[in-house]
Amino acid sequence: MSIILVQVIVGGLLLGAVYALFSSGLTLVWGMMNIVNFAHGDFVMLGMYVAFVVYTLLGAGPLLGAPIAMLVLATVGVIVYFGLIRDIMKGPMLAQILGTFGLALLLRYSVFWWFGANFLSLPENIVGGTYEILGLRLQASRLLAGAVALLVTLGLHLLLTRTSLGSKMLAVAEDSTAAQLMGIRPDTMQAIAWAIAAGATGLAGALIATFFYIVPTVGETLGIVAFVTVSLGGFGSVPGALMAGLLIGVIESLSAYWIGAVYKDMVVYSLFLGFLWFRPQGLMGKT
Amino acid sequence: MRRYVWASVVLAVFIAYPLLFSTPFEQRLGALVLLYAIAASAWNIVGGYAGQVSVGHVVFFGCGAYAAMGAYAHFGLSPLVGIPAGIVASVAIAAIIGVPTLRLSGHYFSMATIAVAELSRLIVTNTDYLGAAVGLSGPTVPRNVFDLSFISALPYYYLFLAILSLTLGITWWMANSRMGFYLRAIRDSERAARSLGAPASRTKLYAFMLSAGLTSVAGALYAMMFGFVDPESGLGILISVKILIMAALGGAGLLFGPLVGAAMLVPLEEISNNLLGGKGAGLTFVVYGAIIVLIARFQPGGIVTLIKRLWARRGKAAEAPVAAGASHAP
Repeated sequence: MSIILVQVIVGGLLLGAVYALFSSGLTLVWGMMNIVNFAHGDFVMLGMYVAFVVYTLLGAGPLLGAPIAMLVLATVGVIVYFGLIRDIMKGPMLAQILGTFGLALLLRYSVFWWFGANFLSLPENIVGGTYEILGLRLQASRLLAGAVALLVTLGLHLLLTRTSLGSKMLAVAEDSTAAQLMGIRPDTMQAIAWAIAAGATGLAGALIATFFYIVPTVGETLGIVAFVTVSLGGFGSVPGALMAGLLIGVIESLSAYWIGAVYKDMVVYSLFLGFLWFRPQGLMGKT
Repeated sequence: MRRYVWASVVLAVFIAYPLLFSTPFEQRLGALVLLYAIAASAWNIVGGYAGQVSVGHVVFFGCGAYAAMGAYAHFGLSPLVGIPAGIVASVAIAAIIGVPTLRLSGHYFSMATIAVAELSRLIVTNTDYLGAAVGLSGPTVPRNVFDLSFISALPYYYLFLAILSLTLGITWWMANSRMGFYLRAIRDSERAARSLGAPASRTKLYAFMLSAGLTSVAGALYAMMFGFVDPESGLGILISVKILIMAALGGAGLLFGPLVGAAMLVPLEEISNNLLGGKGAGLTFVVYGAIIVLIARFQPGGIVTLIKRLWARRGKAAEAPVAAGASHAP
């Protein structure tokens, strides 16, 4: 295997880790409340703009931008839960889809109106230059994003499986009435889930903002990436999202390398439709 | 009886509109309202009656638009000739998306339709035969009346009115047929409908295919009126959004809901674009987004349902005189 191919695969894995991070937010909310957030990609977009604003106002890089984006988005998540989701959850399917879809438009075009449609970016060397490790040339920004995303996704998995908060959330997911009888407040747990899910997108957004173009419509593409990841990994499964995210990152990089950058989104979308045809329960999901 | 009187009154108002409001702006506005009402009414068949929220209807819209312009650009034929081709392609695509996804829960269907829309846009943008990013143009100078290229909006207005009447007629007929009863049963509870023997997947698929074919006609008419189609105007996801929000605002699953929604939103967009210029495009969609969120949160039944409820409260026990044709809905 040539060194370039290894380089492409490693690059794909690093980007894939970020995909896994924001997709695990979508899978958490989906698995717990059976609601699909069509604004998920736009939450990531919002995280990117928060990082951009932090840079322009304070001159700070992702070290400050990422935690701020995470907190801002977690707050947005809680507001969205109490303002919209809690009420549409019990409503008809049409209301659920329209509600989060309308939210996506609202966020996307508010940002568009405020910042314009121009492509923005952070300075190239905001994290550090390019390093050569074992013959591979790696950008510090991608390395940082990949590593942090991987750690946080694993942390999220541990939070859900090893802590009492995680058990409570899973209990609500399993049967919210029974959980309530055990003294768990479903409302609080679901609000926390939204805070975590949105916080993850904020963090992911701030991380990829260091090397990705920043534009209001980026949420649309990233939202579809999240759908693909979740449907591939199985709904509600964080380890599944991690595996699928990494896989999609690699597939994207390889198709950009082999067929051309224009076609990488096409490959991912076709993959998604192929999966819906043949294995709608995902790679690791149960039937 | 009363229902037919109401329908005739509504029709008379629509026939009279361009004669009473005869400036080019007003006639064009009227034509656009009818055009979007056709597309939204077509969406309503699958989105409203069947309760399957398609966010990818722009694919069918684009099929129609590209078929009409392609007939002219590649074969020198009248754009009208492209309409049947567009319908066939749309129905085929609907079957391909619908067969796997309509078996699954509604969310999958919505996501799959988004992915198909984006995939089509990317493919067309990279296909030279379809004009790539530039798009295809219709006849610049009309050779005869069949090119359907007019300077005035008036001929389009009456053409669109005829097609809208046809679309609403088909919808009304479908809603009152066995299929319409199946669809309402499936929308309210698919499990219950299935257990009583309603063929859920097949009925939903038929609704989707019917809706796709009618949407493609709307796309063809759009391309004829504007004289060209490109990936943004023919396959942009925002077209889907407009279609969907008009139906939902007016009242999804009600015969006249989409027309009411189009009559409210098209003027709003045209006027805001006129007042605000390019900057207004973003703001229009901010308002659209806010409207969708508010409908979903407070009034999922849409404006027509709200009016009917207010009307019924006023009239109390008296026979509720609701909008014509919509009275069969609960």
